[in-house]
Amino acid sequence: MANSTTAHAHDDHDHKPHGIKRWLYATNHKDIGTMYLVFACAMFFMGGAMALVIRAELFQPGLQFVDPGFFNSMTTMHALLMIFGAVMPAWTGLANWMVPMQVGAPDMALPRLNNFSFWLLPFAFTLLLLTLFVPGGAPAGGWTLYPPLSLQAGDSFPLTIFAIHLMGISSILGAINVVVTILNMRAPGMGLLNMPLFCWTWLITAYLLIAVMPVLAGAVTMLLTDHFFGTSFFTASGGGDPVMFQHIFWFFGHPEVYILILPAFGVVSEIIPTFARKPLFGYESMVYATASIAFLSFIVWAHHMFTVGMPLAGQLFFMLSTMLIAVPTGVKVFNWCATMWKGSISFETPMLFALAFLFLFTLGGFSGLMLAIVPADFQYHDSYFVVAHFHYVLVPGAVFAIMAGVYYWLPKWSGRMYNEKVGKLHFWLSTIGVNVLFFPQHFLGLAGMPRRIPDYSTQFADWNMVSSIGAFIFGFSQLLFVYVVWNAVRSGEKAPARPWEGAHGLEWELPTPAPYHSWDTPPPRNVITQGAMH
Amino acid sequence: MAAVSEDTRERRNRRLTHQLLGMAVGAFAFGFALIPLYDVLCEVTGVGNPKDLLKASTVTVETPDENRLVTVEFIAELPTVGSWTFKPVVAEMKVHPGRLYEIDYVAHNLTGRDTVAQAVPTVSPGKATAFFRKTECFCFVPQNFARDETRTMPVRFVVDPALPKTLDRITLSYTFYDNSTRVAALN
Repeated sequence: MANSTTAHAHDDHDHKPHGIKRWLYATNHKDIGTMYLVFACAMFFMGGAMALVIRAELFQPGLQFVDPGFFNSMTTMHALLMIFGAVMPAWTGLANWMVPMQVGAPDMALPRLNNFSFWLLPFAFTLLLLTLFVPGGAPAGGWTLYPPLSLQAGDSFPLTIFAIHLMGISSILGAINVVVTILNMRAPGMGLLNMPLFCWTWLITAYLLIAVMPVLAGAVTMLLTDHFFGTSFFTASGGGDPVMFQHIFWFFGHPEVYILILPAFGVVSEIIPTFARKPLFGYESMVYATASIAFLSFIVWAHHMFTVGMPLAGQLFFMLSTMLIAVPTGVKVFNWCATMWKGSISFETPMLFALAFLFLFTLGGFSGLMLAIVPADFQYHDSYFVVAHFHYVLVPGAVFAIMAGVYYWLPKWSGRMYNEKVGKLHFWLSTIGVNVLFFPQHFLGLAGMPRRIPDYSTQFADWNMVSSIGAFIFGFSQLLFVYVVWNAVRSGEKAPARPWEGAHGLEWELPTPAPYHSWDTPPPRNVITQGAMH
Repeated sequence: MAAVSEDTRERRNRRLTHQLLGMAVGAFAFGFALIPLYDVLCEVTGVGNPKDLLKASTVTVETPDENRLVTVEFIAELPTVGSWTFKPVVAEMKVHPGRLYEIDYVAHNLTGRDTVAQAVPTVSPGKATAFFRKTECFCFVPQNFARDETRTMPVRFVVDPALPKTLDRITLSYTFYDNSTRVAALN
């Protein structure tokens, strides 16, 4: 420890450019990680504002604030911003910060590519947000872009497609960087099965990204040529098949939802052992469970489209393979519980978020199992039950894990502690808000309320009002998150190198704040083996 | 990982990066390949190729199954309202499997210009598709329509006697697209 402190003492005099150039020309994994996280946060608030437009309109039956076309644009843009703008860049940002530190590397393997993958994003989202101001308005056919509806969009159509192309290229290049860093840049002596689970889950996520983002790029390219160049991939009048798009889209779409959640498994697997003060239960089974989930994600896509019609054998196959995913996921949930069993648990903010993740993600998983049952799905399909399901796995699932990760590693990044009291307040407001927001949507869906509608029948009024109240509590309490982070970075108390006594892993062997270049000299073997006590 | 020199590491990084880029390019191509692959899959699993519905079937003369009656329903759909009328002359008929029948659809061009239209058929339930044979159909070729023209267009079909016994009702549906550019691309 003392050794590495002196080894890094000169790092503050490192040749880093100052001002705007530091960010424009950034090749440092920490600078780029910070930019990813700030960008994701901005998109999170923009997508969140759109969600509040939706919930304000749905506060009461009738049309209050926006016209139905704009409402549909809001649902579509909210999804695109949150998925591609907030959650995915946040994970890439965390990977940028943590992967080199955790595997004992000085930086990411491909620093200039790293810069390029980040800087594609502002352009991608400028294109996407421009659609709000073009004739015909922003895309309003749902983020799934099903033809023929998506082909009937106005001038927003090509902008949306090119935005998706840019986002796709950005995340593929980011994923390549993560794979190369993990496979080639690990410190001498660090085997693959010595890596922290965050690196493992990201490695698997990166392979998923490389395998399916290009398929989405292909699908939207086909939409583009159908619209402008007279091809008929999905146009029935020319011999194409609109259902074909759904198959290609969900071949991307289902692995995509695991891209959003697998890194969350990694973060939670770091945090729970730290605050339970016990090694992670079943490390290897965690790795194999993650790999199994990733494999299964490729063979379940048609469960998103049971209602378009398919042979009985197909329905059975996709129903059973979907249910099979519950097995490795169950292994993970069991392992997290077993990690806490007889541990001496303390409840700091990161742990609180990780625990809420554990409960609420599992709940979202259960409603997913309900949706997997074909005859039941015919009832639930395109209802608010689906909305409740995927928001449970994405908000108190992926988003809570991102926040847990930020709280957990912020002292290492900034060298300062956040305000625990405000952190806890943020946690409780978020957790209560998110449940008031999404739990009633289960009831609405089971009662028959369809998704993507600006107005509804009066029997749905009460729960919609409750849900909207929850939305505003949840939405505004996120301002606390910005405050906590800002406050910590500006004027937090100085943090020790290992602010959590139960934390293991190479990142905690570095001085605090983490030096500009992580491991200029690889960590010695005894540090690696100590750090690898999962 | 074992310790390696800076040169070796750079070479390894470059090789792996190229492999991964290759994987991404392959995945892009795979997205396009899914379209023919689905046709192959449907062929292999016996679901039948929907594009076959646009081709004439050759029917060997069979003895009609006089003991069996199957109801065939006829449906006409228009993707946009107002620019055409399009409907079958009868809503349904009872047929003996193995016998050739003919019915007519009537279309009236209200678009206010000369145009080309293409009818796209589907047969429901999906299981019946392979047993519904059309020997002649207005959907096999694009139909030229003069402004305000009304035309009666025939379809001749046979229901295969091998139609599973569980099926006694088949729906033939046409969607009538007015689309000159795409019709050209199809042929």
